[in-house]
Amino acid sequence: MQFGLRWLGGAVIVLFLVGCGESGSTLTVTGSSTIAPLMAELAEHYETETGIQVDVQSGGSGRGMGDVRQGLADLGMVSRALKADEQDLDGHLIGRDGIAIIVHRDNPVRALNDDQVRAIYTGKMQRWDAGSTEGRPIIVVHKAQGRSTQELFLAHFQLEDSQVQPDRVIGENQQGIKAVAGDPFAIGYVSIGTAIYEADNGTAIRLLPLEGKPASLAVLAQGDYPLARELNLVTHGEMSQPVADFLAFVTRTDMADVYHDYYFLPAAE
Amino acid sequence: MITTSSLPLSDRLLTLVLRLCGVLAALVLGGIVVVLLVQALPFLINEGAGIWQSTWQPGQGEYGMAPMIAGSLFVSVLALVLAAPVAVLLAAWLRYFAPRLRRPVLAGVELMAGIPSVVYGLWGMLVLVPWINQWVPPGASWLAGSLVLGLMIVPLALLVTDAALGQLPLRYQRAGEALALSRVGMLRRVLLPRAAPGIVGGVVLQFGRALGETMAVLMVCGNVVQWPDSVFAPVRTLTANIALEMAYATGDHRVALFASGLLLIAVTGLLLMASWRLRGVSHG
Amino acid sequence: MADRVAWLAGWVLLALVMVPVALMVTALWQQSADVLSVGFLLEDPGRAGRSGGIAALLISTGWILALCLLVAVPVGLGCALYLSESLPADSRRAQWLGGVLDMLAAVPSIVYGLFGYQFFAITLGLGFSILSGALALSLMVLPLMIRSAEQAMRAVPMGYRQARDALALSRWGWVRRILLPCAAPGIAVGIILSAGRALAETAVLLFTAGYVLRRPDSLFDSGRTLSVHIYDLAMNVPGGMPRAAATAVVLVALLVVLNLLVRRVLRQPMTEALV
Repeated sequence: MQFGLRWLGGAVIVLFLVGCGESGSTLTVTGSSTIAPLMAELAEHYETETGIQVDVQSGGSGRGMGDVRQGLADLGMVSRALKADEQDLDGHLIGRDGIAIIVHRDNPVRALNDDQVRAIYTGKMQRWDAGSTEGRPIIVVHKAQGRSTQELFLAHFQLEDSQVQPDRVIGENQQGIKAVAGDPFAIGYVSIGTAIYEADNGTAIRLLPLEGKPASLAVLAQGDYPLARELNLVTHGEMSQPVADFLAFVTRTDMADVYHDYYFLPAAE
Repeated sequence: MITTSSLPLSDRLLTLVLRLCGVLAALVLGGIVVVLLVQALPFLINEGAGIWQSTWQPGQGEYGMAPMIAGSLFVSVLALVLAAPVAVLLAAWLRYFAPRLRRPVLAGVELMAGIPSVVYGLWGMLVLVPWINQWVPPGASWLAGSLVLGLMIVPLALLVTDAALGQLPLRYQRAGEALALSRVGMLRRVLLPRAAPGIVGGVVLQFGRALGETMAVLMVCGNVVQWPDSVFAPVRTLTANIALEMAYATGDHRVALFASGLLLIAVTGLLLMASWRLRGVSHG
Repeated sequence: MADRVAWLAGWVLLALVMVPVALMVTALWQQSADVLSVGFLLEDPGRAGRSGGIAALLISTGWILALCLLVAVPVGLGCALYLSESLPADSRRAQWLGGVLDMLAAVPSIVYGLFGYQFFAITLGLGFSILSGALALSLMVLPLMIRSAEQAMRAVPMGYRQARDALALSRWGWVRRILLPCAAPGIAVGIILSAGRALAETAVLLFTAGYVLRRPDSLFDSGRTLSVHIYDLAMNVPGGMPRAAATAVVLVALLVVLNLLVRRVLRQPMTEALV
């Protein structure tokens, strides 16, 4: 038992030593789970270059704004434009994304117009073969409350959450992708960047065009895609120098590749 | 006679520390309930009755938890119904029909008991749900949740049954053999009924754990807030709801989630007391 | 005849239980094949977890686990000592305390997460940190720790206690020199079981320890454990599935090792210790 204790003590000490490293100042960024992976990677690059650590936590756009207001975070990630009653915050555009409607790759449907999407999500249209009562059912995948992706989707199609009849409710983008990829009858909506990434990597989904405009980065860059959204970093009050430096960093032109990695558009494009 | 005052200082200190530790455990339980209550009380007073409604739309101030309470209960009950017979019968089989298999299988089962729920959930999401979907869409459903939960319950229920059977005096088995009863008959009429209190008590405890499970049900149940109209319908449990919405909830919404946490404690507490009764344990 | 049917039925049941799990583990293994290597364990994650390994996470997990046990073991031992030494086994207080402990063990883990978030992260101001996560976890494993330690202590033969009284040993001496060494295997089992329980936990840590991928510098830093990493990679990071599977393999392997340790210490299957 004594011997075991010594081993344990040694292991604990080694563990702590291995973990301890340089400690500079730290920035905290919280908010949208769509932006979080991108931000985490940008933070890695930032730390390599300047030695300043940036902590990235997800929790949703709403949480990002709340934390920044309360001083719990230095920057908030918000995956939409700021509303009229959120003007106490300063929004800094860092990129663009959109929301794409996705179906399973084997689904023969090539396009849906807005009315059809509305009908599907409110349960008025229940089968893929219009007008039939048998045949392939439409499995509606919807995002959980509070996510800005959900809010934007509902706003665009002029729906209230209570009108939606989902068959499946998911939390994060990846769960939505997996839900649709695993189900030939499913339809869902996720961030375009995530969807294109997955589709390019062989996941069994297809993005549908919206109002005739294909869901691609080119269309998004031209500003033609109907369900585009801003990716913002928000601050509250006066910006400290470290925060300003970080903001400048994430919008630097040589960081554009990181955005492209996630299939988002950096603000400059 | 040794009185307290004649004990050395180290002993008196020790007694004090131990008493504190003992109190600490009670404090923790009380603390949890108090902290949650403090958060949830204003909400409960104002909107308490609203909890029993069927509409969960926090954006519009509706906090009806009834479908989710049902979701939690239904998923757990079905999981238990599926898992308990399998676990009990398998444990009995291992002891009386295949004793040579018992040790290796129990070893495997212990390992199963240690696999994190995230892993079960992942498997459920990637394999089980699409498979169910081929029979009855959407796949992510009450049934999927119960199957995954059932798989998670079986190991511990099996171990508990094995322990209960192990406690039976050997003479029961000997008497059965002397009377030339078939093993099935012996189990059915003597061994299992005798071990029943321990088994049932342990199994009820597993029900409590099933109610408390979060990650696996989050990934496979579909998370739609509704009263299910069949086992293939998606449901949302109270636990999955907290996990899904906690990070994004503010104000009343968040407080409602704390209230649902209290509800969970209350229900598991009741189940626990039922299990004590069944096992014949007295806890005052 | 009935016996033969039962014999066959048992095999069916066995398959029903073992096959899905075997499939699950195999699928994990396959999905992670390209990624799993020694390097995986030694590299830090890069690109939000989509590349690299899990070194930083192993460290975070180690810290959280170590801190959790550092809190839970002494308190747990103290409580167990109280139960086995200061209270007669069937006194009202012992039964009542046992009831409280059973209650704590039954509380759903996500409620510990809620409590930890409200109390440690907000009220005590610890925020999203290893400290918050470890403290919340330690509360969760406390009942398990206490019960294992108490069982081990009660198993110490009556003869020893009678000898102690006959020799008028001080209580502290008794505890330090005889009781603890005797109960050590059982206590060790309790520690290992608690560690395993803590390792497998995800829900508690979501609201307390946070999501950060980096190596932690201090206890106040946020850190991610293996189980949270699995969840995040699978649910939130595009292309994260292979590494999620690989992390799951590492986690299950760790738990297997812990399980083997328990058997080594006890030298008998767990069921006989549960009795």
